[in-house]
Amino acid sequence: MSHLDLLTFARGSALNWALMLCVAGVVLRLFEIFALGRKADLARPRTVSPGSGWRTMATRSLPPEGMLKRDPVTYIGGYVFHLGLLVTIFFFAPHVEFIRSMTGLGWPGLPAPLVDALAVAAMMALGILLAHRLNNPVKRMLSGNGDYLAWALTLLPLLTGYLAYHHLLSEYTLMLALHLFSAGLLLALLPFTKLFHTFSLFISRWYNGDISARKGVAS
Amino acid sequence: MKQAQQPEALPGTVGEGLAQRGISRREFLKFCTSLAALLALPPSMASAVAEAISKARRQSVIWLSFQECTGCTESITRSHSPTLENLIFDLISLDYHHTLQAASAEAAEHAREQAMQDNAGKYLLVVDGSIPLGNPGFSTIAGISNHDMLVETAKGAAAIVAVGTCAAFGGIPKADPNPTGAVAVGDIVKDKPIINVPGCPPIPVVMTGVLAHFLTFGSIPELDELGRPKSFYGETIHDRCYRRPFYDQGKFAKSFDDEAARKGWCLFELGCKGPVTYNACATTKWNDGTSFPIQSGHGCIGCSEPNFWDAGPLYKALSMPVSATPAMLGTAAAAGVAAGVVITWHNRSAKAAAKTAHEKVTVQDLAREDK
Ligand code: SF4
Ligand code: SF4
Repeated sequence: MSHLDLLTFARGSALNWALMLCVAGVVLRLFEIFALGRKADLARPRTVSPGSGWRTMATRSLPPEGMLKRDPVTYIGGYVFHLGLLVTIFFFAPHVEFIRSMTGLGWPGLPAPLVDALAVAAMMALGILLAHRLNNPVKRMLSGNGDYLAWALTLLPLLTGYLAYHHLLSEYTLMLALHLFSAGLLLALLPFTKLFHTFSLFISRWYNGDISARKGVAS
Repeated sequence: MKQAQQPEALPGTVGEGLAQRGISRREFLKFCTSLAALLALPPSMASAVAEAISKARRQSVIWLSFQECTGCTESITRSHSPTLENLIFDLISLDYHHTLQAASAEAAEHAREQAMQDNAGKYLLVVDGSIPLGNPGFSTIAGISNHDMLVETAKGAAAIVAVGTCAAFGGIPKADPNPTGAVAVGDIVKDKPIINVPGCPPIPVVMTGVLAHFLTFGSIPELDELGRPKSFYGETIHDRCYRRPFYDQGKFAKSFDDEAARKGWCLFELGCKGPVTYNACATTKWNDGTSFPIQSGHGCIGCSEPNFWDAGPLYKALSMPVSATPAMLGTAAAAGVAAGVVITWHNRSAKAAAKTAHEKVTVQDLAREDK
């Protein structure tokens, strides 16, 4: 099997299965969460605070007062990583092309060197965050295998993409195939690991904000 | 070209041949300078090349054409430096090539046998076209199946040059569903050095360059893991593409005749396979260095790579999925909903069971536990 054959398989059947698992898994888990339902809350809300859920979605995305100073690594590392990852996924021109082909929706990509720099920043942040996780006793205690799996699943596509783009370590076609395989792995496992927070994060923030408001601590 | 009728004219040295044709040393040196450039040697090497070549015997070449479209032969006849004429008259003795030779039928086959006999162990075998294994009758020459002719002719060859993607990797005849059971030369011949010169067709100067290398050095050039000479196939089209700055800036043509295309922006989004294609088009170019496909506005289709024909649609960007469709994702979503219904039903019945099994705790129960 030549490298091009491997790439064709990675872009073909392997990717198809990964995409299908991802979509089916995400739909399944969202369905499950929503269908769980909540008992009707018969009590009168403590405070009338419309929009508290929505506000919480925003406020919880910013560091609470004093926390940025107390734990700069987690906050700054977290921002840099997430921003870098989002831009890399959604604004690298070949990725936009990928999304366009699947959904019909497209937008202009950003210049490759900019995306490249942000991808490097994201990878460095991932490295620093892992070191911090291992060195900080509280974080280490809270971390399980699922956290390390999620970390590796996220790093691999970034790393293989970077190596492919710069023609490093291995021949481009092979690296591109590995990049697609790693992206496929990420897609396939995303719904079933902690990475599902991509979808559940804002739902739970909204819910927390809303329920807290009813109980008297509106944001 | 030498014909079957004159087998006594066995190749003498190239120098003798040149003298016979009244070619001056000056002209020959000029020719060798362009050869040296082709082989990426410094110009100062030209006289050493001339020395080596004029002492060499004219190389006997047997060219076999199997399941092919003659595009490779068409291409090599458009070679400019050295021209095919130069090559044939000065350097090689093309003893058999059923498209180019004058002899036909038995006389033609006789020329092949004669060359094989006279130059046993020394002739260069050039093959274009793939070999059908599905049925020997799919492609025959003088009643001999391609497979048998290849095996027979390869036996006494010094080396084999598989010219074109069909001979090198199976090419278009091998494209899915491969109705003839086509295979490459390398799938059949295992005990001879094989130089793959893929391309659909290969660039003429790449073909003549490989032959020139063999003549000058008497050895085969350094090859990559797919058997291609590194000097011509060492870099991708994308590495050397003059549109590369636009790729790096994210400037892409969206259709073949939009404003961006007219400005010469990158063709990636229109399906260019340059990033995964190893070939020399972007540097040597075609038609005596005039242009190459990307320069004339069309993306690279990856013709020098194995199975390029089956490597996804030609006009789909390389980063696009080959065959995923929105309908497929819709089906997956429906499957997700179905699985969700099952799990919800399970969750709800577990909840209901817990509710019915629930017993209210009374003050007495707690008091009892206290004891
Ligand atoms: S036109 Fe093709 S080979 Fe040239 S830069 Fe764009 S993608 Fe690369
Ligand atoms: S540009 Fe690509 S498809 Fe076109 S001839 Fe060159 S290698 Fe083949």
